[in-house]
Amino acid sequence: MKAWQNFIKGIVRENPVLVLLLGTCPTLAVTTSVSNAFGMGAAATAVLLGSNVAISAMRKIIPDKVRIPSYIVIIAAFVTVVEMIMHAFVPAIYDALGVFLSLIVVNCIILGRAEMYASKNSVGASAVDALGMGVGFTLALLAMSSIREVFGAGSWMGIEIPFLTNYTVPILKEAPGGFFVFGCLIALVNKFGKSKPKKEFSCAGCPSAALCKGNCGGSGEEREA
Amino acid sequence: MKELAYIIFTSILVNNYVLTKFLGICPFLGVSKKLGQATGMGIAVTFVMLLANSATWPINNFILVPFELEYLQTIVFILVIAALVQLVEIILKKYIPALHASLGIYLPLITTNCAVLGVVKNNISDGYGFLESSASALGCGLGFLLAMVLFAGVRERIETSNPPKSFQGVPITLVSAAIVSLSFYGFAGVIDSLFA
Repeated sequence: MKAWQNFIKGIVRENPVLVLLLGTCPTLAVTTSVSNAFGMGAAATAVLLGSNVAISAMRKIIPDKVRIPSYIVIIAAFVTVVEMIMHAFVPAIYDALGVFLSLIVVNCIILGRAEMYASKNSVGASAVDALGMGVGFTLALLAMSSIREVFGAGSWMGIEIPFLTNYTVPILKEAPGGFFVFGCLIALVNKFGKSKPKKEFSCAGCPSAALCKGNCGGSGEEREA
Repeated sequence: MKELAYIIFTSILVNNYVLTKFLGICPFLGVSKKLGQATGMGIAVTFVMLLANSATWPINNFILVPFELEYLQTIVFILVIAALVQLVEIILKKYIPALHASLGIYLPLITTNCAVLGVVKNNISDGYGFLESSASALGCGLGFLLAMVLFAGVRERIETSNPPKSFQGVPITLVSAAIVSLSFYGFAGVIDSLFA
C-alpha cells in the first residue's frame, strides 16, 4: 500500500512537470507530436529508473562533497546507454528528438530526484519513486503534445482526424504555441487541481540550490514549506 | 568573415536558443525577475558558452574522433564543462574578486544549464570548424542575454498587472513568454535578406 502511494504521488500530487515545474525545456521542445513526447517520456523514465537505483545503492559510498558531480557522471552513463539503444531500435524518434535526448543529462527532474529522494532512501523505494515520476512526466508530455498535435496539425499519433485537418492552428506547433499551451495547462491545474503548482519557479527542485543558497536571484525566498 | 557574422546574427535573432529552441528555459524563467540579475546571468552564460566551446572542440576533434569514441561525447562534455566552471570560479575568486562578486553566484548554476551543453553538441553535429563554432557559441550567448534582458522588462510590467487568479504567477509568465517568442518570428526574413 505504501509503495502504491509512493508511485501514485509522482503522477498526481507531485507531478514533476505540472506541479513541481521541473524539466521545462524538454516539455516545451519535444511536445510538437505525440510520438516524440512518448519517446522522450520513455527515455527519461528509463534513465531515471537506472540512475535512481544506482545512486541509491551507492548513497553510502559517495562522499557528500562530490555528490553532484558523481550523480552527473552516473546519469550521463545511463543517458549514453539509452541514446545508443534508441539509435539502434527507433532511429526515427532518435532523429526527431535530436539534441534533447543527450540533454536528459541536465534534466532537472533526474538530478532533482537523485538529490531529493535517491540519496536518502532505499533502493526499492527509489525505484518506485523513479517509476512514478517517470510515468508522471510521460503523462504530462502526452497531455501537452495531444493538445498541440490535435489542434496544431489535426492529427494524433500521426493519424489524421478528418474534420480538424481543415481547421488547424499551425502556431501551436511552433515555439510560441509551446509556451502558451504550457501556461494554460498550469493555469488549469491551478484552477481544478487539489495540489497547487508553485507560485514561482523555486529553488526546491534545483540541484544547484546547495551551491548558490538562493543567491542566484531565483525565488529562494518564496520557497514553500 | 561574412559567414561568421551570418552565424552570429542568425543565432542571436532567428535561432534564439531560449525563444525558438527551448534551451535554458529554467534560468530564463527563474532569474529574469530583476534586470540586474538577468544581465549578470546572461553575461555569465555567454562567457561559459565561449569557454566550454573552446575546450570541447579540440577534445572532440583531436581525441574523441581519431579514437572513434564519439559515443562518449555526452559524458566527456558534461564533465569538462563542470570542471571548467569550477575552475573559472576559483580563479575569479582569487584574482578578480569584484567580478566574482557580481558573476560568481551564477556560475555553479550554469553547469546544469542545458543551453551550454546544447550549443556544444549542436556545433559538433553541424560540423563547424573552430572559428565557426566559437561564433555560434558567442551568438547563442548574446541571444540568451538579449532574451533575458527583454523578458526582465516584460516581467516588471507583469508584476503590477492583475491577471485572473488561476493565471497568476507561472502561467501568466509563460503566456507572456509566448508573445515575446512570437515577436522573434519577425526576424526570420530580416537576416536572409541582409546577407543575401
